[in-house]
Amino acid sequence: MSGYTSVTAEDLEVMLDAIGVGSVAELFDSIPAGVRLRRPIDLPPGEPEQAVYAELRRLAERNLSAEDEITFLGAGMYDHYVPAIVDMLMSRSEFLTPYTPYQPEISQGGLQVMFEYQTAISELTGLPVSNASVYEGPSAVGAAAYLAKLSNKRPRVLVSRAVHPDSRATLETLAVGYGTTVQEIGLDDGVTDLDAMNDSLSDDVSAVVVQQPNFLGAVEDVGAIADAAHEHGALVICAADPLTLGVLEAPGHQGVDVCVGEGQTLGNRLDFGGPSFGFFAATQAHLRSMPGRIAGETTDVDGRRGFVLTLQTREQHIRRERATSNICTSQALNALGGVVYLSWLGRRGIVDLAELMLQRTHYARETLAALDGVHKLHDRPVVREFALRLDAPVQRVLERCAAAGFNAGYALGRTYEEHPDGLLVAITEQRSRADIDRLADVLGEAVAAERAAAEVPA
Amino acid sequence: MADASYPEDRLYHPEHDWALIDDGVATFGITWFAQDALGEVVFFDVPEVGTSVTANELYAEVESVKAVSDVIAPLSGEIVEVNTALTDGPEAINEDPYGAGWMVKVKLSDPSEADALLDRDAYVGSLS
Repeated sequence: MSGYTSVTAEDLEVMLDAIGVGSVAELFDSIPAGVRLRRPIDLPPGEPEQAVYAELRRLAERNLSAEDEITFLGAGMYDHYVPAIVDMLMSRSEFLTPYTPYQPEISQGGLQVMFEYQTAISELTGLPVSNASVYEGPSAVGAAAYLAKLSNKRPRVLVSRAVHPDSRATLETLAVGYGTTVQEIGLDDGVTDLDAMNDSLSDDVSAVVVQQPNFLGAVEDVGAIADAAHEHGALVICAADPLTLGVLEAPGHQGVDVCVGEGQTLGNRLDFGGPSFGFFAATQAHLRSMPGRIAGETTDVDGRRGFVLTLQTREQHIRRERATSNICTSQALNALGGVVYLSWLGRRGIVDLAELMLQRTHYARETLAALDGVHKLHDRPVVREFALRLDAPVQRVLERCAAAGFNAGYALGRTYEEHPDGLLVAITEQRSRADIDRLADVLGEAVAAERAAAEVPA
Repeated sequence: MADASYPEDRLYHPEHDWALIDDGVATFGITWFAQDALGEVVFFDVPEVGTSVTANELYAEVESVKAVSDVIAPLSGEIVEVNTALTDGPEAINEDPYGAGWMVKVKLSDPSEADALLDRDAYVGSLS
């Protein structure tokens, strides 16, 4: 027994006696011998707590926070400022339990948060129905394609190659379970190739999945994609970056049937990748096929405004053994951060923020693309992120920038083998014009140094 | 809500479904007992005309404030008509389970399957 578990040999014996088992090992007899580890797990022996703390602190010091460098890294998660009001409200003990509010009489605060959150997501996406949040962006994409499968029972999904690589991977994994095959649609100068998509569309396509703006930062013609998909009776799923919806048309107004996305940018910090939340909104027709839960507004016996869980049609307690969605406690606390953030920004603020990003992104794109050995990867409109091509090894350039205190972005070659020279640069309101000018100096020097190094005769 | 009743002219399936056969076409619905156990019905997912149904297997789902439940086909065949009024008025399943609350009409593929169903007295006996 480990030093951290306060069970004595006598305790153990009493417990084993009580359940009529001879040894702890016997408890695992039902696991087939072939898949069992036949030796102790290879871990070092226990250490005193003080020593463990010192070791963990040493490891933690190697972490680099977005606040320790000037970061232009995005690729799906972005370094936005989180106002103090988000932390203040999220840390209230009334909200710190994410347990399913089955009893509305003791859960009005939590239920109202869900309701307000749904209202905000519904307005932002231009779709009438939002659920109370899901785990994160990629699993929301997988769940949306399952909704399409439930809706039209067709066997194929088309996904744009410009959808986030994590979302595509999650979609492929989940689709195996519900029997959908996933086909990728290639790109044409940074956006989904509409001709290729049209060639692949047929009456056995359940849904088309796109991202707005896409992974390469480009704004997709979602309306044209939706029209093409609907002509074949396929649903349109759009993974959207919520803050860009301050300047872009709401997906629901462009014919999108299901709009999902990553909620991190709404009041959730980067936190090394999580936790955050995903949002999920759809047209009225898909209300009962949605995963998760929906809170609704009603009146109590005295006619006072109140909130209840209105729908959870795919969950366990309503569908028993045939449940097809398991959001459980959801990411209610993170979604609370999302709705507090959106309320803090307000209708005017989200437009101001998106316009600010748009202007700085264009300034950064033109400034960086004017450097020697740096080119635009595509010429499409962008909002908060853009892709460049470098005439120098991207990884080495990034290392040089890092040494100067800059994270210049995401090496596209990590997930797009056709762009080994690609660099994805993200802008938030935290990156000033001066930061962009300094990045231009640092990046220009790094590219020049790498090009010079490559020209040195062997 | 209507009082408990089990019409003499129906055949009954132990999963609380009824069938009314008329010239090779059967109307299906759920019994008073079933709607009472479900509670207030809020949604009926109307199946599509032309769908095949198999005796003892589910052909539709009914959602009440308590749960989503399967509706079992008492007989096999092809759906030739559906009660589209239930889309906007599922409460008919509670208020009039043998009349306005009917669900589908099925052209039977094997009318002899009816021999396996229960008559009124046998079904009512099974409830106690």
